[in-house]
Amino acid sequence: MTPLLQLHHLSKSYKKQVAIDDISLALPAGKIIGLLGSNGSGKTTLIKLINGLLQPDKGDVVINGYRPSIETKKIISYLPDTTYLREGMKIKDMLDLFDDFYEDFSREKAENLLKDLHLDDNEMLKNLSKGNKEKVQLVLVMARKAKLYILDEPIGGVDPAARDYILKTIINNYSEDASVIISTHLISDIEPILDEVIFLKEGKIILQGNADDIREEYGKSIDSVFREKYNG
Amino acid sequence: MSWKFDEKSPIYAQIAQHIKMQIISQEIKSGEQLPTVRELAEIAGVNPNTMQRAFSELEREGMVYAQRTSGRFVTDDKELIVQKRNELAELELKNFVDNMTKIGFSIKEILSVLNTYITEEKLG
Repeated sequence: MTPLLQLHHLSKSYKKQVAIDDISLALPAGKIIGLLGSNGSGKTTLIKLINGLLQPDKGDVVINGYRPSIETKKIISYLPDTTYLREGMKIKDMLDLFDDFYEDFSREKAENLLKDLHLDDNEMLKNLSKGNKEKVQLVLVMARKAKLYILDEPIGGVDPAARDYILKTIINNYSEDASVIISTHLISDIEPILDEVIFLKEGKIILQGNADDIREEYGKSIDSVFREKYNG
Repeated sequence: MSWKFDEKSPIYAQIAQHIKMQIISQEIKSGEQLPTVRELAEIAGVNPNTMQRAFSELEREGMVYAQRTSGRFVTDDKELIVQKRNELAELELKNFVDNMTKIGFSIKEILSVLNTYITEEKLG
């Protein structure tokens, strides 16, 4: 089976600061992958490289056979770690925009998700709380039928009840031919939904594998393994 | 509400154990159809692949079986369920006796306090 995402000797520096240091990686379809690392470990840089928002200094990114391009933007649904919503728009306007922009966007699905999260699509975005804005962005991203979902800190600002709902939405959305990469440092919350974990530290992968195998090998939770690896 | 998992063992093993308990306690009856991997994954709040692995574990033990088109069922083999129930009971007894011995009870004392406890619980 050809991997959905391949990274070959990928490196990226900001001036003299090395952000990503010679990472090679192959991820199959049909997995939920946790990209875990402390602040400044390189998670967001790696995500931006995969999305073609940054150019690597060395190495290659290949997604479903394509380099980052229009072709890959069609199949990657990306939730950035910052908001990009225009304050003066209504939620409904964002649905129009996504509907217009992405072939794989399901308006019906987005509307159902919004309803479940008690968000009124006539609401102006500027009137929403920070957490509710995050929910809207996540709904937009999850309502696409993408091959690769990349979620950069998707649950950071939302309350625990919404967090559970969001995690269930991610599980629900899972299909054999799509994968989800979730970057976070809130590990204990997402641990049960992960297939694979990648630990990033100082731009390098220090641990990678099946989440349950790692729990078995270390005899503790991924969260505890993480604390051990990053406090040493 | 998602299921809660402890720190120490893999999640698939905890799920397999949980379902095994439900079968042994007849919360899920012999021959009954199980929800699909996806349904159960959503209920438990876990990855579908993890749920799949838990089912494979239960299949390996013979507690459940898959029928190609119609889904997964709890075994009809009542003897196997009895056997698993006995295994589990033995494990519980072993833990109990080990712990009691550790805090200094002799076998005779264990029998005596257990007897008293059960009698009092029944009356109470």
